[in-house]
Amino acid sequence: MSLNVVIVGAGPAGLAAAWSASQSNANITLIDQAAQAGGQIWRGGQGYAPKRYRHLFGQQTTLHYRKQTHVLGASEQQLYLATPQGPQQLRYDRLILANGARELFLPFPGWTLPKVVGVGGLQALVKGSLPIAGKRVVIAGSGPLLIAVASQLKQRGAIIKAVVEQVPIAQLLRFGRSLVGNPTKMLQAAQFAQALANTPFYVNTWITAAEGEGEVQQVQLNNGQRIECDYLACSWGLIANTELAQQLGCRLEQNFVVVDRSQHTSRDQVYAVGELTGIGGEDKAVIEGQIAGFVATGNYQAASQLAQQQAQARQFSQQLAASFALRPELRQLAQANTIVCRCEDVTLAQLQSQPSWRSAKLQTRCGMGICQGRVCGGATQYLFGWSQDSVRFPIHSVSVADLVMESV
Amino acid sequence: MKQIRISINGTEYQVTEHSNLAAVLMDKAIANRRSVTGEPRMAVCGMGSCGECRVTINQQAHQLACLLQCCDGMEVDCEP
Repeated sequence: MSLNVVIVGAGPAGLAAAWSASQSNANITLIDQAAQAGGQIWRGGQGYAPKRYRHLFGQQTTLHYRKQTHVLGASEQQLYLATPQGPQQLRYDRLILANGARELFLPFPGWTLPKVVGVGGLQALVKGSLPIAGKRVVIAGSGPLLIAVASQLKQRGAIIKAVVEQVPIAQLLRFGRSLVGNPTKMLQAAQFAQALANTPFYVNTWITAAEGEGEVQQVQLNNGQRIECDYLACSWGLIANTELAQQLGCRLEQNFVVVDRSQHTSRDQVYAVGELTGIGGEDKAVIEGQIAGFVATGNYQAASQLAQQQAQARQFSQQLAASFALRPELRQLAQANTIVCRCEDVTLAQLQSQPSWRSAKLQTRCGMGICQGRVCGGATQYLFGWSQDSVRFPIHSVSVADLVMESV
Repeated sequence: MKQIRISINGTEYQVTEHSNLAAVLMDKAIANRRSVTGEPRMAVCGMGSCGECRVTINQQAHQLACLLQCCDGMEVDCEP
């Protein structure tokens, strides 16, 4: 009987784990909610991956690839899935979590207007054929994703009216200097800088409001400037999708899954890789994914050869977190009548009198809608320091039909 | 690229096959849903987390448009 290795998430980390696990005779299943492998970074398929990583897409035929499938929960040996064919259970001997991350959105006046989208969100929609040529775009928030997406959209003909980064210039320069010794990242930074040579780039600056009739038409910055636009893309960093790890009882620290050098979590036979263990982008994801795939299939020798790269990737991840820490002024953006929970339209004023996340849920329905706190949870953690106290089955909103198993 | 026809709120549109449904609705400035207080909403996260892009497809409610590709004959209904 061959070993059942199940990998959740077909982004860079999950694909890398599948590739290294497939060097053994294990029985591998790769699960993803999207229609196409690649995750967010390589959304749209292998054409979007750097050449050195394209081989990771190659083995899709030799493993069980389950697309458009949501993992609703997990127990010690089973996953509970919502698939296009209905609910299913899947047994695992080794489980590799590669759930990736979502964007952190902070509420400000006008952020619920149509065409105010995430930075990665706009990138995803454009890869999904949203026409962007000739459109005026403001990109705001924090993190390297801002310039990466700005340069990509510009290449597709978008008019980038401004890139607005909340970090002070000294901090940004320190981050730049920390890339010395990391040639891939240096080259990437240089390419972005060149692509955005004539694009207004504001540091130490942030959005204070979005305005418009029916959709966003202009944005206001804290320096008093107003900029007209067709799209406002904003996000303030990334939050790891730790729900499944939490349900399995994996130990978390500061919202990331704790792993050892083998990518092993605190739970037996459960590994976590990529953004789940700390935001670090595709290189960290691929290295950690490969290590977990090797270790899960007993190939310790191959895994140990990646230790140095793993250490470098983790160091970059820590620099990233320190360099793009959010400033306290961003807590003042939301006004009393600003919606914080978009699913249930709960305003800041309604939440200010609540002592905790649980109380807010019970009293105001904050976090009780379709996103199940995936958006407002990050915002209220930043605004009020609230944390979620439990993650229950099912971890995604599903229809009753997705829960009802036919009995045999 | 192959063009296909889909219907949105009863009107027929010609779109490129496999384009992302949330992207199509945003480009045509058609709100996906109404919030509980009546605000029009469109996709935000683009990756299946926020749920703002949910629509009814072929009479099946609460489908996330950002995770779906357009296919011929698709009937999309947004909350009025």
